[in-house]
Amino acid sequence: MIVDENAERAALIERGLRDDGCEVVATLIGRDDLQEVIGATRPDVIVIDMECPDRDTLEDMSRITQHQALPTVMFVDRSDSESIRAAVQAGVSAYVVGGLSPERVRPVLEVAIARFTEFQALRRELESARSSLEERKVIERAKGILMKRRGLDEEAAFKLLRKMAMDRKTRLATIARELVSAAELLP
Amino acid sequence: MTPLRLGFIPLIDCAVLAVAEARGYFRRHGLAVELSREASWATIRDKLAVGALDGAQMLAGMPLAAAAGIDPLAVPTLTAFSLDLNGNAITVSHALWERMQAADAAATAQRPVTAAALKQVIAADRGAGRAPLRFAMVYPFATHNYELRYWLAAAGIDPDRDVQLSVVPPPRMVDALARGAIDGFCVGEPWSSLAVQRALGCIVIAKVELWHNSPEKVFAVPRAFAEREPRRHQALLEALLEAAIWTDTHREEVAQLLADPRYVGAPAALLAGSLTGRVVLRPGEPPVDLPDFHVFHRYAANFPWISHGVWLLQQMRRWGQIDDRLDVSAIAREVYRPDLYRAAAQAVGVRAPAVDLKREGEHADPWRLASDDGDIVMGSDLFFDGTVFDPTA
Repeated sequence: MIVDENAERAALIERGLRDDGCEVVATLIGRDDLQEVIGATRPDVIVIDMECPDRDTLEDMSRITQHQALPTVMFVDRSDSESIRAAVQAGVSAYVVGGLSPERVRPVLEVAIARFTEFQALRRELESARSSLEERKVIERAKGILMKRRGLDEEAAFKLLRKMAMDRKTRLATIARELVSAAELLP
Repeated sequence: MTPLRLGFIPLIDCAVLAVAEARGYFRRHGLAVELSREASWATIRDKLAVGALDGAQMLAGMPLAAAAGIDPLAVPTLTAFSLDLNGNAITVSHALWERMQAADAAATAQRPVTAAALKQVIAADRGAGRAPLRFAMVYPFATHNYELRYWLAAAGIDPDRDVQLSVVPPPRMVDALARGAIDGFCVGEPWSSLAVQRALGCIVIAKVELWHNSPEKVFAVPRAFAEREPRRHQALLEALLEAAIWTDTHREEVAQLLADPRYVGAPAALLAGSLTGRVVLRPGEPPVDLPDFHVFHRYAANFPWISHGVWLLQQMRRWGQIDDRLDVSAIAREVYRPDLYRAAAQAVGVRAPAVDLKREGEHADPWRLASDDGDIVMGSDLFFDGTVFDPTA
């Protein structure tokens, strides 16, 4: 069973787990009927996004014997601190239901950690591509403003911009952004 | 130096951390701090354990549970700072409220409402063979769990036999009530107010009425951090103390600040109700005055009373979470560190209590507590059922 706030990532994990020979009995995205679904689908393992508040429900279910399904967090002791660290860094946690041995579910968590990390890397890559494009645009605009206001050629305008950035110990894009917004305030 | 990472949960009682960041108290004490909004208490515990967080807003019961050995994943954690008093409420669904009124009009007309009427509803359900009522709280070691149990048990309801208790995360609470998955809950603000605003539930008792000026969240750090970096830990405490003073006296501004999606992300008008002590208890009714609904600094609110730790551990014992033979006083002393609080308080010129323990349930009115440099005005400390708590007994 997969619990995730992000539908795209949940699909990625689901594929990963299926490829690994697992059956995914339920995928919950932003739903609040966790306990009912666990009762109805009886998963062996629950893979959960650490951004989901529902972890606290699973923590509690693991303490109450009246529940027929008893999820326990993957790491019942601290002996496996390396995998705890890897899971926390990837932003994923897993709960074992009904006393399945840790050896059998470890591969599930490994797949989940790998997919979470992959998803994070994709998102970072996308963000940095987006921001460098935006930065190039703002630097071009700042250069244009300097060329027009100071009557500089393109190379001189770029050098001036770079000098301003160096003098103020800031990034080129930052100084360009300030220049553009200041220019917008002036007639 | 690398910035310190502090975790919080989007609830009104993250206010002191949010204010310390937004109004520059951390910076003023030479600290670079990154606040990290977390989704669950379990994740805060795990991030503290692997060092992904240096400190966090925590349920007061969490560091105690770790020290008592009932949370094997947690690292030893201590607290030298209480973030607030009060702040929670017990709310029942509108349908259950009507059944309680029908069962015992006199009991539901009083304030705060006891669970006497609820006991009759439960008896009627049992007679008719209906399934038990379902109540939710937010974590097994949460004050909310102990408060709900305390309120039920005071009316002779057995929280383990007569009702079904479960954990529902705060942001899911109101929806769970709306679709009838639960009949009531105990949660921090603004979630009870939201249930009332949406005409789904009625607040039966606020935490400030259940036990006046009782301890709520703590700011906790791994013991290893406090030992490795005593200076930065003290600087954090000093910044939080100054932020708490501001928070306590600028409630409208705090509501505006917490409305920011980086913090709580709820409408400022909703947050302002309980923050300014004007709380609507039932849909369509005018607000009532509960000026101490949230206390962030006055009444020595930030002092880590060892006796508060003892009370919480006794509740864990009462409900079978910890072994009867555990030395609760020793565990509370390990986790609660008034000595560290006093050093920070002295540095910023705030009076600190000279004693580590206090009896509860003996003051109906404000009273004065002696400290080394003058009296501290304390709030009422009554329990709604008249109990007196002696931490040395």
